[in-house]
Amino acid sequence: MINQPVVQEEKLLTRPVGEEKRAFMYGNEVVVWAALAAGTEFLFGYPITPQNEIMHYWSRLAPRYGRGFLQTEDELSAGFAALGGIMTGARCFSATAGPGTVLFQEPLSMAEMMRIPLVLVVQQRGGPSTATVIYSQQEVFLTIFGGNGEGLRVVYSPGSHQEMYDFTIKAFATAWEYRFPTLVLGDGYQAKMREPVTLYDPRKKGIDLKPPFPLVGLKGVPGVDREPAHWRNAFSVEEELFEALKPVIDDFHRAAPSLSEKEEGFPEGAELIIAAHGIVGRSVRAAVRELREKDIPVGFFRPITLRPFPDKDIKNVLSACPRLLVVESAQGQLAKLIRIAVGGELEHALKMYAYFRPGLGITAEEVVQEARAILSGERENEAAMSLF
Amino acid sequence: MSEQSMPLSWRTETKPHKFCPGCGHGLVLKALGMAVDRLNIAERVLFGCDIGCSLLSWDFFNLDTVQTHHGRTVPFIVGAKRARPHLVGIAYMGDGGAYAIGVQHLVNATMRNDRILVIIVNNTTYAMTGGQMAPTSLPGQKTETTPGGREPHQEGYPLRGPEMIASFAPGGAYVARGSVSQVQRLSRFLERGLENQLQDRGISVIEALSTCPTNWRTNAVDTWKYLEKEMTEYYPVGELVSPWKSKAGEANRL
Amino acid sequence: MTLRNKRIVMGGEGGQGVQAAADILAQAVFEEGKEALYIPNFGIEQRGGVSLAFVQIGGEPIGSPKFKYAHLIVALSGRSLERLQGYMSEESIILYDSSLLAPPQVSDEVIGWQCYDTIAPEAFAERRLTDRRQSFPEIPRKVKYIFGLPASEMAQNKLHPRVANIIILGATARFTEIVQLESIKKALEERLANKIKRDPALKDLNYKALELGWEAAGRMIKIPVSTGKIFKR
Repeated sequence: MINQPVVQEEKLLTRPVGEEKRAFMYGNEVVVWAALAAGTEFLFGYPITPQNEIMHYWSRLAPRYGRGFLQTEDELSAGFAALGGIMTGARCFSATAGPGTVLFQEPLSMAEMMRIPLVLVVQQRGGPSTATVIYSQQEVFLTIFGGNGEGLRVVYSPGSHQEMYDFTIKAFATAWEYRFPTLVLGDGYQAKMREPVTLYDPRKKGIDLKPPFPLVGLKGVPGVDREPAHWRNAFSVEEELFEALKPVIDDFHRAAPSLSEKEEGFPEGAELIIAAHGIVGRSVRAAVRELREKDIPVGFFRPITLRPFPDKDIKNVLSACPRLLVVESAQGQLAKLIRIAVGGELEHALKMYAYFRPGLGITAEEVVQEARAILSGERENEAAMSLF
Repeated sequence: MSEQSMPLSWRTETKPHKFCPGCGHGLVLKALGMAVDRLNIAERVLFGCDIGCSLLSWDFFNLDTVQTHHGRTVPFIVGAKRARPHLVGIAYMGDGGAYAIGVQHLVNATMRNDRILVIIVNNTTYAMTGGQMAPTSLPGQKTETTPGGREPHQEGYPLRGPEMIASFAPGGAYVARGSVSQVQRLSRFLERGLENQLQDRGISVIEALSTCPTNWRTNAVDTWKYLEKEMTEYYPVGELVSPWKSKAGEANRL
Repeated sequence: MTLRNKRIVMGGEGGQGVQAAADILAQAVFEEGKEALYIPNFGIEQRGGVSLAFVQIGGEPIGSPKFKYAHLIVALSGRSLERLQGYMSEESIILYDSSLLAPPQVSDEVIGWQCYDTIAPEAFAERRLTDRRQSFPEIPRKVKYIFGLPASEMAQNKLHPRVANIIILGATARFTEIVQLESIKKALEERLANKIKRDPALKDLNYKALELGWEAAGRMIKIPVSTGKIFKR
């Protein structure tokens, strides 16, 4: 017995960002300003490096703008408290990393099953286990397919502070419009570095931040004035689950084309496409620019949404140039996503090379060097594929 | 209200309910329904239920209800209450959810004195999963995972949840243990727990001793005997911390 | 023609103010409307150990926040210079505090935001005393220039022991050939705004330190390599 959501008038929150302004900030600070600008009411968080400053900034700024904060006892609590807040009609979010992202799979899976618009910022650190508190791109699979289920989530992978701001705001818009948990997948470098960003009020940019609505705590006496809102994620028999889940999966796939985003550079005439996501995309962009200046025909592809993956776009690019170098600070997590996306005949034609540096930063110089080595025939693509 | 009639806040469309014959859940929920009726707060209640048999209450009431995950009903209700303090938050869970997999949440919510009501149904077993040992299983109790009976030297002594909570509950908290053998009294405890929240005093943690003839493999007589004798001996019924009996702002222990 | 980016890595002991100096440098370049990126190294230790700061500034979009080789390597302690060797190339210029021998002034008055600007561990002070007799660490790689600036001594003798990092910042800023002294002053003042409010003399003190470093760097650039203070390898 599920109630139709009733649109509630958004609480008047003090607007933190008035006029557009350029600032020099830490990535964690950018996340906080984005969440404030998006009208987020509550942060539930648990400390873990490298996302701690999100809580630090939020706990200082939140009272100034009438927002709430609670430091919980663990990530499970942070996640479920956020779900509780969201179901009452408040935009809530949390932030985590590494082992915290592992614990977050539980609330994320509930959000998938019950279509709760949870927003989670993940600042990746090294893995497996405790590993480093610093940096990696090793939480791709965890953020996309973690949890017992079908990966019904939207995952943005920003590559600069500007994108961190843009896509954190967008994450709230997406989550509440499509009602899938939405993640912003940053990393320790982005969290801890300072670079310029332009802050703006999303409403002034025409960004459609749907007003949040309550799923419980509705007006009227339940059973008298209205039906009670009854929400569950447990089902008695297989058919009951299938019947409940199928429309959720269908919704996700229907929304996928309008959700997926990517960046391409110099695809025309390319003899090698270099793919990367997130902050590694910067190094690849710089490397490709440098190589193109020297008339070396390379192009680059950067998925901005890792879920849903921009499959059609990468297929188009690789159809024209079926030679691909995947560069990532993980052991082939992006490469696997690309293989899945490409599929079929193209997968057989595809020559994939790998530059995997799990937990390590990757510079443009390394990418240039690797691309040159591939183009001069010094690299074996089969060897690369066995690295998965 | 007589014990035979249905509380107004019950949902008639979903009755008879899904609990086993002889299960104590129906009685706990009856006690709760009566308390909600008396306080006339149905519009404000957010009822959260856990995993285990408590989840079968997901469509039990004419109350807005969310069934969450195992042990996570406390943080879920905490988050809802923090975001919308006018709601009356109730976390309804079993002893496994409250004292084992979710005990950190119960402890920390108590430490913070979150303005919620936590109801813990203690039937000394993991019932839905088929009768394994619970933190509350009594010494010598035979369960699926202690076929020779719970041996304290190996498996430890059962946890007295309210006593643990009362040992550090801050001022304003309300902690009690009731029993389905005394539904009216249990209902009064629950009403006090809700009032405690309505008056913004602090957390309310109420354990309800309950029955599970299915997993205890007992007949009606033995079920009741086990509840009233063995269980009640180990788990004394009464209020442990009551803000009404304490000096202002100070927890009082009975 | 766009302004080529410069990569600067600064190293020192926790408490020496390396992160603050690097951060102020990046902030100043940002205020000039150019590209700037600063990132500290951060690990699981909260205090002690060598603290490194990475800065990239110039006119081009910045790629990865960390890098392999630096144009400018700034060392505030012997131990950090050893750590910085991995960032040296034939293009690198090294600037180091040549008064390393004096025990450093460390303070828990943190002006850095990140975790390393805290008191150096006890063992460090002892180690520094034994360093007295040690010569400049052996540098295995070829670099372009090595400049010694007795920043700690200058700070102690002329201003206040605590502004050694600001003297180094002044010199570093000039070496970049990207940023104006005025911009550094502005960024520094912004950074210290709260402290200056409490103690207005701080502003002048820090400005003087900056100027001292800036001027020293100017002289060093002009002075021939053979004079001892500056030498080429």
